[in-house]
Amino acid sequence: MKAAVVVFPGSNRERDVALALKRASYTTPAYVWHGDSELPAGTDLVVLPGGFSYGDYLRCGAMAALSPVMRAVKEHAARGGHVIGICNGFQILAEAGLVPGVLMRNASLRFVCRDVHLRVEATNSAYTAGYQPGQVIRVPVAHAEGNYFADDEVLKRLEGEGRVAFRYCTEDGDVVPEASPNGAINNIAGVFNEGRNVLGMMPHPENMTEAVVGGTDGAILFDSLAKALA
Amino acid sequence: MKARVHVTLKHGVLDPQGKAIAGALGSLGFAGVEDVRQGKFLELELTETDAAKAREQVKAMCEKLLANTVIENYTIELQ
Repeated sequence: MKAAVVVFPGSNRERDVALALKRASYTTPAYVWHGDSELPAGTDLVVLPGGFSYGDYLRCGAMAALSPVMRAVKEHAARGGHVIGICNGFQILAEAGLVPGVLMRNASLRFVCRDVHLRVEATNSAYTAGYQPGQVIRVPVAHAEGNYFADDEVLKRLEGEGRVAFRYCTEDGDVVPEASPNGAINNIAGVFNEGRNVLGMMPHPENMTEAVVGGTDGAILFDSLAKALA
Repeated sequence: MKARVHVTLKHGVLDPQGKAIAGALGSLGFAGVEDVRQGKFLELELTETDAAKAREQVKAMCEKLLANTVIENYTIELQ
C-alpha cells in the first residue's frame, strides 16, 4: 500500500498516522505538502490528518479544502482512489464536499479529549473490513468541532445506504445521546462517500494502535487498509 | 465599493454558542432575551464599481468560501 499523508500548515497528527500506516503496511508513507499540486505516482491511499489547519480560520477545514493539493485529492477520489480524513481531515473532507454534511461546534462548547466507544456500523469497506459488524471499539477523540450535522434528506440517504461507518456508543454498544462527546446527529462519528472509497471520521484510530499506549482497536483499520490495498 | 456580508446559521440548526450567550445575558440580569443566534460579519473592500457585478462577485464568494450553505445563510449589503 502506497500512502500519502497531506501536511497542511497546522496539521499535528501526521506523524502519528504515518507510524500507524508503517506498522500496518511495512511501508513508510510519503508526506505531501498542501501547496503541491500532484500526489506521488501510484498513490493508493491519501490521508488528511488531524490538527488545526490554517488555524481553523473562518471554519474548520474551510481554508485547507481550497489548498492546491486538494484538487489532486479530489481527482484521486473521483478515480476511486482511497482517501481518509481524520478529525480536522474529516472537517476538510466535508468542506471540500468529498463527504456530505458538516462538523459544527461541540454541543458542550468544550474541547473534548478522551477515549470514546464506537460501534462499527458498516464492514463493507476497505477501512472497516477487519472489524465485526456491530463490534464496539475504543479510540480517542480530541476536538471542539465534531458535532456532525446533515439535513434530513442527506441523513436519510446516508442511513438508507449504510454509509454511517461508526457511531458513538456506550461500552456495551448502546447508541444513546449521552455516549456522544459532541452532540452529533444520530451519534455519527464517521461517514463514507457514495463509493465507500472516502471515509471521514472524528476519532483517532492512529492513536490506538499499540498495547503500550492503551489498546489496538485502531490498528485494525490500518491493517484492513493494508490488506485491501496491498 | 464596500460589501458587508452577514453569515448566520439556518433556522433549525442548533446554535449552542447563541444559547450560551443568551444564558450569560440572563445571568447578568438582562431579562427578556428570548433567543440569541450568533453569526459572522465580514467587510470586503472591492475595486468593482458596478453594484450588480459586485453583488454577483460577492455572491460567488459566499457560495464558495464565506458561508457553508449546508448550515449557513448569508446576506449581502453594498455601500
